[in-house]
This record gives sequence, C-alpha cells and structure tokens, in this order.
Amino acid sequence: MRNSFDHKLIQLNNDLIRMGGMIEEAIASAITALRENDAELARKVVKNDRFVDDEEKNIESQCLSIILREQPVARDLRKVSAALKMVTDMERIADNAADIAEISIIADVSALMHILNEIKTMSEKVITMVSHAVDSFVNTDMQLANDTIKADDEVDELFISIRNKIVQLIKDEACSGDVAVDALMIVKYLERIADHAVNICEWVEFFETGEYKNTQII
Amino acid sequence: MSENESIKISTKNVNLYYGENHALKDINLDIKTNKITAFIGPSGCGKSTFLKSLNRMNDLIPGCRITGQFLLDGEDIYVPGVDTNLLRRRIGMVFQKPNPFPMSIYDNIAYGPRVHGIKGKAKLDRIVEESLIGAAVFDEVKDRLHKSALSLSGGQQQRICIARAIAVQPEVILMDEPTSALDPVSTLKIEELMNTLKEKYTVAIVTHNMQQATRISDYTAFFLVGEMVEYAKTEELFSRPQDKRTEDYITGRFG
Repeated sequence: MRNSFDHKLIQLNNDLIRMGGMIEEAIASAITALRENDAELARKVVKNDRFVDDEEKNIESQCLSIILREQPVARDLRKVSAALKMVTDMERIADNAADIAEISIIADVSALMHILNEIKTMSEKVITMVSHAVDSFVNTDMQLANDTIKADDEVDELFISIRNKIVQLIKDEACSGDVAVDALMIVKYLERIADHAVNICEWVEFFETGEYKNTQII
Repeated sequence: MSENESIKISTKNVNLYYGENHALKDINLDIKTNKITAFIGPSGCGKSTFLKSLNRMNDLIPGCRITGQFLLDGEDIYVPGVDTNLLRRRIGMVFQKPNPFPMSIYDNIAYGPRVHGIKGKAKLDRIVEESLIGAAVFDEVKDRLHKSALSLSGGQQQRICIARAIAVQPEVILMDEPTSALDPVSTLKIEELMNTLKEKYTVAIVTHNMQQATRISDYTAFFLVGEMVEYAKTEELFSRPQDKRTEDYITGRFG
C-alpha cells in the first residue's frame, strides 16, 4: 500500500549510512595525516569535504521531496524531520575533520609526540560516537543513542586532560606557541565533533519518542 | 486533554445498533466549544453515524437503536420531550453534496428563519446578508440573490448551504465530508471559512482527507469498526499517536 514511500525511507537510511561512513573516514584520515605528517592525505580530506556537502544536499533534497509528496505523519514525520536536522550536524562533523586536516598540514607534530597517542585515543572514541549516533538513528536504537550521549563525558575528560598537558608543554617551553595553539584547536575540534554526535542522538530520541531534549516540540 | 476548555457536547457510553449491526461501541467523547473536531477513519468505521447521531438524524432509520447519553450543554438530547426541530436549530448540518433547495438564493437562506417565525422583510434581509457574509459567499452572489441557488457552482452552493445553516444561529455545525465533491480552490475557501466559523460556533467534521483534518481541526478522533480508538489534539494525534492502529491508519499501513 505504501511501497514507494517505504522505498524512499530505505533510500534515505542508506544515504545516511553512506554519509556516516564518509565522515568517519574523514576524521580517521585527518588524525592519521596529523600523526604521520602526511600532507597529501590531509589535502585529500580537505578536498573530499565537498562530497560530504553534496551528500548533505542530496539528503536534504530527499527529505523535502518526501514532505512535499508524501506529507508524512506520526513516525514518518518524526523520521524525516530528524534526518533533516541531523544531516546538518553530520556536515559540521566533516567540516571539523577538514579543519583538523588543514592544521595538520602546517603543524609541526614532532613537538607533540607526548600527546599524539592521547589524541589518537580521543579520536577513536569520537569516531565510535559518530558511528553509533548514525547507527542508532538508522536502526532506531534508543539504547545505543543514550550510551553515545553518555560517552561524551569520557571525551570531555580526555579533552581536559590533553589540554592540561598542552598547558604544561607551554610552561616547560617544550613547544612553540604556534604548535600549542594548533594542538589545542585539534582537540577542541574533536571535542566539538563529539558534541555533534550527541546532537544526532538527541534527534534519535525525538524520532523515537516525539520529545527533543525532554520537551514536546510538536 | 487537561486544558480548561469548555465542553459543548459530551457523549457517554454511546452504543448504536442498526438491527444486528453494532455500529458504535461505547463512544465517550467531549466536543469542545468553539473548536473544530475532526472524525477520521476508514469507510464504515462509524464516524458519519456518530456525527449524524449528534443531532438525531439517525432516529428515523428503521431498526436503529441508541443507548448511552448525548449531552448538549449538559442536557441529554435523547430524552423524551426533546423537540428535534429545535435541536437541529441549535445543531445544524452541512452534507457531502451541496443540497440547496430548488429556490432562490435568498429563499434558501430565509427558509430556516421563516420556519422559526421570523417574518419582517427588513429583518430577513439582514439575516440573509449576514449569513451570506458569514459563509464568505456574499460578494459572489449579492447581485443575484433572487436567482436560483442551483445556478451556482458546487463550491458556491456548499457555502450557500453553510449560510443556510448559520441563518438560524446554531451553536454547533456538523459537516459530513463538506468538501469531498469540491475542487481544490473551493475546498480551500470552505477550509478558510471553517476557521472563522469556529469563532462563533462549535464545528464537528467528518473527513476522508487526512491532510484536511491536519490543516483545519483542533482535535481529531480516529474511529475504527465502531470504536473510537484515539482522540487527541490534532497535532498530537498526527505527530505521535498513542495507539498502533492510529499510527497504521494515518501512515497508510492498513490492509
């Protein structure tokens, strides 16, 4: 009775999964480029951001088309509006990954040896959060969404820990001001990415319950 | 539904049978004053039957039996001694197919007031004009009030029927799929009109068009095989229905 509509919703899910894969790869590559001082890989991350932007437009366009043609209600309405909101967070995540890649091109990582491993650990947690955020939406998994929101605390702790180490590097005059600021920005971007993952999970909650941040918004 | 809105019609444990057919099952529903309440559901779910029972249009159907209470401003409209003519003056009705009387536009509108004893020409003129204005059709027909109402377009005829309904100053207007025979522009005019009508009247509408219910109604009741499955504020019912049957129906997953 609604084969065509269901097909559109499956298509939307598939494209969100694909975009999710693209942004996870962007974060991972940006961190690899940083650690291995691989400027070529970093430039590729910056360049590929365009494809994430295209994917965002594609998903937005699908959502608007569904609203126009199917006039969704109930779960369908919540699904399409949540997708429309979370795709913005996904695009921002890719921007932040590209920002990290850009910094990695100019940053002198040799001075950061102390903290590179911690940055890697932080980035892995962040990537897992992003991956779980998108999965929780696609599979309507509220438990996973809630766990992902909780995981943000660990990322925040890592951010503070690394920040303190950078402050120590400055105090010890173990690195230049430029490098210290670059390193701080990188961990701040990672911390922001985790926040975007949390935003996505909040839209999963809306999709599932109709509540956004514990408020009925419709 | 916790808000402090007053209730115009309250039904309590209403059951309706057409012979052996149990057409309405334990309907408990409060229709709020000056709100538009939409009844939705698949064909044969009982929504029109319920609407018609609100001004006792089912009384004359052979084999029809009704139990329970229908309270209009707290008073049971089914107890012996209720004057159904007076009741239908208080609760008017507009049908699916525009059904103006085969007489002039003016006489269509003046018909009800005349039946209820209003005679003076000046007074009738005023009622006719006010009713046509109230039904958003005056400007289109003011130069041909004495032409046959049947000469008008379907959309205009339906608004004449609405004008005829409001000419007797009802308190409630029941509408049974009032736009299903109309084109989109006429439909939009009636929908716009309903928004102004609710300032003065309480409106209950049966519609097959769920987008219409979403656009115009304040409350929506979903009926299924004689049961009222869910009744909620329209935005609530269409964004987060509580009953799976409601969800399945409004998202088109039935059958």
